[in-house]
Formats: sequence, structure tokens, C-alpha cells
Amino acid sequence: MNETVRVAKSAASEDVLPLMGNEAIARGAWEAGVKVAAAYPGTPSTEIMENLARYPASDLYVEWSTNEKVALDVAIGGAFSGARAFCSMKHVGLNVASDSLMSQSYIGVHGGLVLVVCDDPGIHSSQNEQDTRLFARLAGVPVLEPSDAQEAHDFVKLAYEISERFDTTVIVRSTTRLSHTRSAVRVGPRETVASKGFVDQPSKTVAIPANARRQHPKLVAREQAIAEYLETSPLTHWEKGDTKFGVITGSTSYLYVKEVAPWASVLKLGAAYPLPEKAIREFAASVDRLFVVEELEPAIEKEIRALGIAVEGKALFPRCGELSPELVRAGLAAAGVMAAAEVVAPLAIEPMARPPVLCAGCPHTATYLALRSLNARVAGDIGCYTLAAVEPLRSIDTTVAMGSSIANAVGMAAAGEPRPIIATIGDSTFLHAGLPPLVGAVYNKANITVVILDNAITAMTGGQDHPGTGRTIRGEKTFKVDYETICRAVGVSWVRKVDPYQVGKLLQTLREATAFKGVSVVIAERPCVLDPVKIKGAPLAINASGCVACQSCMNLGCPALVWSEETYEGRHKVEIDQGACIGCTLCAQVCLSDCIQPVAS
Amino acid sequence: MNEIVLSVAASTTPRNVMVVGVGGQGVLLISKALALIAQKQGFHVKQSEVHGMAKRGGVVFSHVRFGTKVWSPTIAKGEADVLIALEWAEGLRWLDQLRPETGVFIADVRQIVPPFACRDRRLGAATRYARETPAEVAEKVGESYALDATTIATNLGEPRAANTVLLGVLSTSMDIAVDDWLTTLDQLIPAKSREINRKAFQAGRDWGEAAHADPTLRFDKSRIAAPASAPIENAVSIEIDSVWCKSCDICVKVCPERCLALNAEHIAYVKTPEACTGCHVCEWLCPDFAITVRTSAVA
Repeated sequence: MNETVRVAKSAASEDVLPLMGNEAIARGAWEAGVKVAAAYPGTPSTEIMENLARYPASDLYVEWSTNEKVALDVAIGGAFSGARAFCSMKHVGLNVASDSLMSQSYIGVHGGLVLVVCDDPGIHSSQNEQDTRLFARLAGVPVLEPSDAQEAHDFVKLAYEISERFDTTVIVRSTTRLSHTRSAVRVGPRETVASKGFVDQPSKTVAIPANARRQHPKLVAREQAIAEYLETSPLTHWEKGDTKFGVITGSTSYLYVKEVAPWASVLKLGAAYPLPEKAIREFAASVDRLFVVEELEPAIEKEIRALGIAVEGKALFPRCGELSPELVRAGLAAAGVMAAAEVVAPLAIEPMARPPVLCAGCPHTATYLALRSLNARVAGDIGCYTLAAVEPLRSIDTTVAMGSSIANAVGMAAAGEPRPIIATIGDSTFLHAGLPPLVGAVYNKANITVVILDNAITAMTGGQDHPGTGRTIRGEKTFKVDYETICRAVGVSWVRKVDPYQVGKLLQTLREATAFKGVSVVIAERPCVLDPVKIKGAPLAINASGCVACQSCMNLGCPALVWSEETYEGRHKVEIDQGACIGCTLCAQVCLSDCIQPVAS
Repeated sequence: MNEIVLSVAASTTPRNVMVVGVGGQGVLLISKALALIAQKQGFHVKQSEVHGMAKRGGVVFSHVRFGTKVWSPTIAKGEADVLIALEWAEGLRWLDQLRPETGVFIADVRQIVPPFACRDRRLGAATRYARETPAEVAEKVGESYALDATTIATNLGEPRAANTVLLGVLSTSMDIAVDDWLTTLDQLIPAKSREINRKAFQAGRDWGEAAHADPTLRFDKSRIAAPASAPIENAVSIEIDSVWCKSCDICVKVCPERCLALNAEHIAYVKTPEACTGCHVCEWLCPDFAITVRTSAVA
């Protein structure tokens, strides 16, 4: 490749840009003429909608939805009205959106509908590593698997053609590796796609039993037609090479295969479902041994085996975690078709653990410090605050999925757990999936305390707006949700707001809340220190002569607090990193010897 | 410049550079700069990173590969030509990514000690921070350049430009013109920080050229890692006077090792004596002077 790269963005002309996978996906959607786009943030998918929001409002409507099901329903509505519609989410988001996907699969589309789902093999930032290709099979919709940013861009555009031609939602599956790898992408101008308008066809668009019974055989026929199309589509790509063995692969796995065995015959599948049977049979017959290299589940391998073709896959390549050139090489070496990597003597350096921590001054720190001393059972939720599941703050007992905390707490109470039961849930997560369980908890007379950790942003994913921030994805002012009013409206009579920086008051409020019989809600209100603006107050300092090395402040796990060289009775005194400290005063509030003070100016 | 490790002109197999550090240090900025400059030389480039925990003081790493054709976005273990570490212990974590014998290690000796490493309350315990010194590491890799880039950048007026200092050191091992580096940096850095980053780049380059000429300058001998942990033998006993205890629960709540509890009569007792480090916090905070902590060692 010898293209000259111009970095300046030129929307109109064809150009080559260095783009992250997620940027390429957004660019592809924009070029495809998408009019309606919706998402809920989730690593590794978040940047897709952030990038789409950079295109003008005259080109397309974009929104942060309250959750992934809402996002998909908005996109489905856009497609009903004849526009090209787009939706993106992380893999576990599809669990939330799947109810709509399953119906939509029967209904089909009108305007094209593409759903980008970003999987997280290796679980870099998720609660599991489920494989979206299995979901596609369950829903009976095709799933495309790009391998690099160029393909991500191209496949999204192609997905709209497939969607409209075959009357189906199309899933484009990315992974953390693809979404967060930057490479050169040849881009093009935006297509002008006229909206087809809403067309009355209730027998198709209304999912009632009579209609669904008619639509189901159409879905089965559609699957067959797409498989037929894939036989000759450029998505299915045979790279002829040595015939001692052949590899069927796709996504980034394809890149690892090319890296370690560039001479091998490869059948690259751009779609993992449905499969082009004839192409696979022909390829299998051309090689002595057949391997499938795919990340996570043996989705392709099982289908091929069901065709009666001899194939090797998960016996050689792991089913858990992310693949790599090393693992692909090790698998092929174990099969005896290539040499193993040279064994390098280990360097005998033990790596130091560096777990992620809550930021210096994070308001969650205070809340969990208080919870740590309450002797309560704490049902946690999804967000930065999951970091309070480990020492020194360790105070969360469970974490399941978005919005699970409140209903988990109800169940714990119902089972007779003797300790006070507290659910902790962030603001964005509360709006995402915390409302129904809160309504249910009051309705069913549960005796639990709910702590809403309101830091006024979706923090874990890098600071996205939501209905509680009062701003849209494009930064426009909008209505700001009032949590206290919501709680009172659903019947919570005991609601208090508290500033988590006031540790004593917070602890006292939590005590009163847990003493209340019924559902009590504490709203711990204090903005995130990173987003939307970085907060940096005057730092504090420790008067070393007063420090008795009691380590009480170290119980905060604050990254601005470190051991100094000085000791007191054999233990390290503590000092404050002035650059990192934002002056929240939590350490000063817990200091036994009152030796933490603002820096005298 | 007398050694060219990454000859850009003659690379047919891809060149692999790994950049590592801690969230917020600017790992991604110098990865992008390197990717961009390689792309300008006409190469196929892939730059891969993992975000998610980046803002939360966690481990950040980025793979940059360039050549006539690059397949995998990640560098296999033992195949990195260069490892750039913005933080000392992070460099050590990824050291085995380097090619044995020939790999080049460029590291800031700056230590960012995580809260997790300051957890051991036993008497005499040291931090869990990595102990290997620059001199020891130099023995293990092809070439090692360890400098105090953060101090160099701080002296220029901006500690956060340490990443650009390291890029300057890297530039002395690549045959790319200085002007190309500087214009690339200008593209990625906001106007108000350009001047300081240009200076930082040049400072790194000067250091690198001096170190190439004189191998004795390649690591900062003044930096000595923390002594190994040597906990002092210390028998601890806790006495709780049940008559004075009024069941307030304060000691239970404040114990850093969570070794105290209330018994059936709501009197405090030591539930897990083996976890007690004799830190005295319960003794100091008991409002009724009901707790006495005795330790055999006095430091």
C-alpha cells in the first residue's frame, strides 16, 4: 500500500483516512445515507454514535437512547417510515434489545436497517463474552463480520443493500480488537437515499399471531435466499494456496491466520450466518485437512460439521478469550501442519498488579466507604462503582447486569437475609433498567434501601449524556430528569438527597434509610470528576510530623495517596500527590490525627 | 545517530512498536504520532489499543505495526522491535513482548505507585512496586534506554510532555527526518501545547544521541528500586475489656483488615486474629478505652 494520506477530512471527495474501526463504521453508515441512528453507550461500541453525532443534523437524526431496546425500537421506527436506520450497541446490549429484534426478524424492514453489535472477546470491559453470531442465528438474520476498518466501512454500506434486497435486519458484528484498531480507510461521499415514506401493510408490520404465522415461512425462505446470495457475493472470498490444509475463517481471526500461515488456502467468510454451503463443500474438497479458526463459539464449525464435512476447530483453538497470532500458530502447530513458535526463556520478572481504581475525588469513593462500615448486604450494578467490589473499599456483594441491583435486593430480602439490604445503582443505569424494579419493589412492599449514585453522566464509557444530564447527544439543552420526583411518583415515601463528600452526613442518612421499613431511596448527588468537565480543586497536603501511619486514609483506595519514605513505628507515613489530588477532603475527614490540610498558599 | 534499529527504507517484514503506560499518560498520542508518520512514509499501518479502563489509572497499551503489508493488528509475544514505556513498572510488565537479543527498550524511570501496592500494614513491609533496577533490566534486553523523562519534561515546564521526550529518544533509532516528526506532532497536538512538545521532542532526541554515542549514559544509575519487603517479626495481641465495651461497633467498622466483630452479646471480639497487623486503629478510636493492642516489636 502506498497511498498518500491526507488527514484533513473531506466529506465530498473520495479520500483515504486513518480510522478506528468504530469511526469507519460511523463513516460507512453516514455514506449509506442513514437518516435515523440511535444507541446506548457501551464499551467497545460507544465511539460509533459519538462519531455519527459529528455529522450535521441536516444529514441525520442521532440520539442516546435510554437503553438498547429503546435504541433498536427507534431505529425500527425509522425503517418503518422508509428511511435507512442504524443502531449500535455492545454485545450484552443485544440481550436487552433482543425482544424487539426477534419480532423485527419476522416483520422485516422497509427502509434498510443495520444493527452493529460489538463483542468483547477476552472480556476487556464487560461482564461476559457472549457471541453475537449465535443471536443472529436465533433471530434468523444475517451477520456480517468485517476483519479491519476498511471492511467495517464497506460492510456497513453493503449491509444496507442486503437489508433492503432481502427485507431483513442485518447485524454487523465487530469486536473490541476491530473497533479499537486504526488503519487506513478509503472513504467516499454520502449517498442520497430518498425516504420511501410509511407504506400501509398491516399484515406485515403488526406482529399478531395470524400475521406472524404467515411471516415465519418467509423468514425461512429469506435465510435460504441469503445463503444463495453469499455463494457468489464478494463477501465470500477464496484465497487459493497450499492444499495440504485449508482454513475457513472471518473477522480478525482471518488476520491472525494470514499473519502466521500466509501460504495456506483460506476461505474467508464475510458473513458468519447464513453459510454458503456450496462454496464450503468445494473448498473442503480442495484441501487435505480443513480447519475453522473463529473467536469464541464454534458457530461456523458446528454448521459445517452438520453438513457432514470433516473439520477441526475448537479442539485446536480456544473457545474462551480473544484469539491472537500466537494462539492461531499454537493451534496449527498442535495439528502438526506448521512448526511451533520458538520457546523463549521467561525473563523472570513478576509483573506488579495494577487494577483500575476509582479516580481521585470520585464521589462513589465516599458512598462505598460509608457502605463498608454499615454491615449491610449490597447488591451492585454496572458502572465505575463496580470497582468498589475489591479492597480496600470492598463493599459490593453482587453484580449481575444493567439494572439488576434493585430486584436482586428484593429477592435477597424475600429470602430472609438478616442484614440490611442495599441496592446501589448509577444514574444512567437507573434510567436504563432500574425503573421497573423500583416500581415493583414498592408495589410488592419490599424492605430495601436503594442508593442512586447520581454523578450526572454515563461515566464508565467516557462521559456520555443521558436524560438525567439535561443535554442531548448534540449538546442541546433538554428536560433534565428529577430522580426524587420519580421516586415519589412511584410510591417511595422516604427519599433523601445527600452530598457524598459529607461523609458523616452520608453515613447517618444511610443508617436512617436502612432503619426505615419499606423502600427507602438515598440520592448521592455529586458530579463525576472527569466528565463533562474535569474538576480540579486546590490540593491537600499531609503534615508529616502529625501522621501516625494509621492508614485510615489508605482505606479510600485514592490514587492520589501514596506511601512516603518516612515511617512511624515501622509503618509508612502517607503523602499526597499534588498533581493528582483534587481537594475533595475525604481523606481529611477520615484522618485520625487531623494532619491533612489544604496547602497554604 | 549511529544505530538505526527501525530502518524505514528497508523494511519488508512489518516493524513492531509497543507503547505502554498508565491511563492519562499519553500512550495513545505517541502511538498515533508513530502510526501517522509511518503512514506518511507510504506504509501500511495498524495501530491497536484497548480502552475501557484507560481513565481509571489502569494499564494502557498500544500496538503499532507498519510495513508493506500488515495483517495482525497485535504484536506476538517476543516480536516487538521496540517497547516504549511511559512508566517503569509498566515497561517491566511487557518486557517479554520484546524480541530476545535485539529488542530495544525505551523507558521513563518514573514510578506511579498504585494504591494497591501500599496495602501491607505489617511492620517493616515495603510497597509491592516492581524491584528491578534499570541496570538489571539492561542485562535482559538487546538495548536499554532508561531516562527520567518526566523530570526532563517538568524542567521544560510541562510534566505531561514526558511522552514526547520518549518519542524523541525513539526518533534517534529511526531514519526519518526531524522535520517530518515535528510536523506530525503539530498535526496531533493542540496549538497551545505545540511549542512545549517540540522542545520535549528535541530534549529526548538530544538525550538519545548522547546515549547512542556513550553507552554508559543509557541508564540513570541514580535510580535505585525500593528495598525488598522485610516484615519484622511482630507478635500481636488484642485485649478487649468486655465490661467497658458498649457495643458501639466503631472498632468493627474501622478495622482495615476487617478482623473484629461483635459476638452474640454484642461485645467486640477478634474474629480473625491472624489477619491483625497490630496497627492500633481500633485502640485509638475506641471511645471507651476498652481496647489494648500489644505488639512484641517496636520499630
